[in-house]
Amino acid sequence: MEEAKLKLTDVHKRFGSKVVLNGINLTVPKGKSVVVIGGSGTGKSVMLKSVLGIVKPDSGSIEVDGEDVMRLPANRKEEVLKKFGMLFQGGALFDSLPVWENVGFGLIQGQNMRRKEAKEIAIDTLAKVGMGAEVGELYPAELSGGMQKRVGLARAIATAPEIIFFDEPTTGLDPIMADVINDLIIERVQDLGATTLSITHDMASARKIADYIAMIYKGEIIWYGKKEDVDHSGNEYVDQFIHGRAEGPIQMEILKP
Amino acid sequence: MNIFAAVGRVVLALLAETGRLAVFAWVGVSHLLRPPFYWRQIGQQMLRIGYFSLPVVALTAFFTGGVLALQIYYGGDQFNSETIVATIVALGITRELGPVLGGLMVAGRASAAIAAELGTMRVTEQIDALSTLSTNPHKYLVVPRLMAAILTLPLLVFIGDVIGIFGGFIVGTQTLDFNAGVYVKNTYDFLEYDDITSGLIKAAVFGFIIALMGCFHGFNSKGGAQGVGRATTNAVVTASIFILAANYVMTSLLFSS
Ligand SMILES: Nc1ncnc2c1ncn2[C@@H]1O[C@H](COP(=O)(O)OP(=O)(O)OP(=O)(O)O)[C@@H](O)[C@H]1O
Ligand SMILES: [Mg+2]
Repeated sequence: MEEAKLKLTDVHKRFGSKVVLNGINLTVPKGKSVVVIGGSGTGKSVMLKSVLGIVKPDSGSIEVDGEDVMRLPANRKEEVLKKFGMLFQGGALFDSLPVWENVGFGLIQGQNMRRKEAKEIAIDTLAKVGMGAEVGELYPAELSGGMQKRVGLARAIATAPEIIFFDEPTTGLDPIMADVINDLIIERVQDLGATTLSITHDMASARKIADYIAMIYKGEIIWYGKKEDVDHSGNEYVDQFIHGRAEGPIQMEILKP
Repeated sequence: MNIFAAVGRVVLALLAETGRLAVFAWVGVSHLLRPPFYWRQIGQQMLRIGYFSLPVVALTAFFTGGVLALQIYYGGDQFNSETIVATIVALGITRELGPVLGGLMVAGRASAAIAAELGTMRVTEQIDALSTLSTNPHKYLVVPRLMAAILTLPLLVFIGDVIGIFGGFIVGTQTLDFNAGVYVKNTYDFLEYDDITSGLIKAAVFGFIIALMGCFHGFNSKGGAQGVGRATTNAVVTASIFILAANYVMTSLLFSS
């Protein structure tokens, strides 16, 4: 068994009476890429936010390099959170700052790097996601949705974090750019030894970037395995999801006419 | 429905909100004097909260000084009015009307702007993104606004004091035909150092209230554009009420001895 970089054990979270995470168990091995698939509203984003302390879980444990972050004192927790980078599903770019400063934000504020130096790194990182230096001077509101996604991605990787979360990195991108992003994620894992946890609905992307795939359903991980095994998982929920069938054990919560 | 239950619920909600506000204020204050300091942010906020409020405060003070002179003249005994008008204008402006009206005008401008900006950042997950970039949102967003408002409000009010007294002077010498030299001399003779400093101390407290209410309601806004709108309204209303209440308390403390 490989060394676990991140380990969630029996994590529960509810909002009011709505149970969102119902005992999540998930291990992300060091230097590997785990992709979580699952339907809309099943708690994928809430799971990532729980690890980052943005959402406070009701119970369970979240271990990073063997340390339970939920039980650490605040200052130590801040140190542990420095290991993470996150691409938000909605981008969450700082709209009062130009693009390059968004990308360099973690370097300038988090690592006290000089602005000039941080700008150079920001421009380099933007180039990696296929954007020229001139984009760096624009503001987020002046970008298309797909461009915003790529800036969010650049911001998540600019500080070279040990663990990177990608919340739907390829949603809203054209197929070619989506594949560029897939390659980029693979490069992060292989060249820099980063550990990644991604969420996606895009099976092509999942097949390409994953070492392991996990499926979440109703706040629980119902299947976890090597990506090669996803096609013969023997799990009818997984089969229904990867083939995108409306008929099956997963019933969408919509009113049929 | 039980009326006691309903009243109880409202009281409990109010207490919970007060508790949250107290905790929020404490976190803000506790970060106020601890590094790192975001000087660039502080400068920017001083410009926005202080400098750009100057026209509003100046106009308010000017007309208040003028109307005060008219009312004292018409309402009072015309005998000895040359002394009475000058001194009451000076005392009224520096002790009460300068800080209170200035504070209320800035509350309308700055609390609203702060709540709208931070509220939008909250609902678009920008505040969450800050913490994933090793930046404490309270330090980066709340502290610069608190500091800027506490520092600039006294300056604004001092300028307002001068302009308010000048407004009284203009009305006194132009409309009421007072002698300019005598008016100025009367103002000088009766105005004491404490009258001005008490007003400036009040202004600093009002600055704290203005920034705190803007930040608190912005930070706690939820539910999209409507939520941000509600946060903005609540910020202005609560800031105004707290300013008036704090003013009463401070007047009774500062002038009792
Ligand atoms: N702050 C919150 N307050 C209340 N409910 C919330 C909150 N955040 C998320 N939820 C609820 O939790 C559930 C899961 O949300 P989540 O964002 O994790 O879904 P998801 O799996 O990421 O879906 P998608 O694929 O559409 O992004 C949703 O039903 C949502 O309404
Ligand atoms: Mg999501």
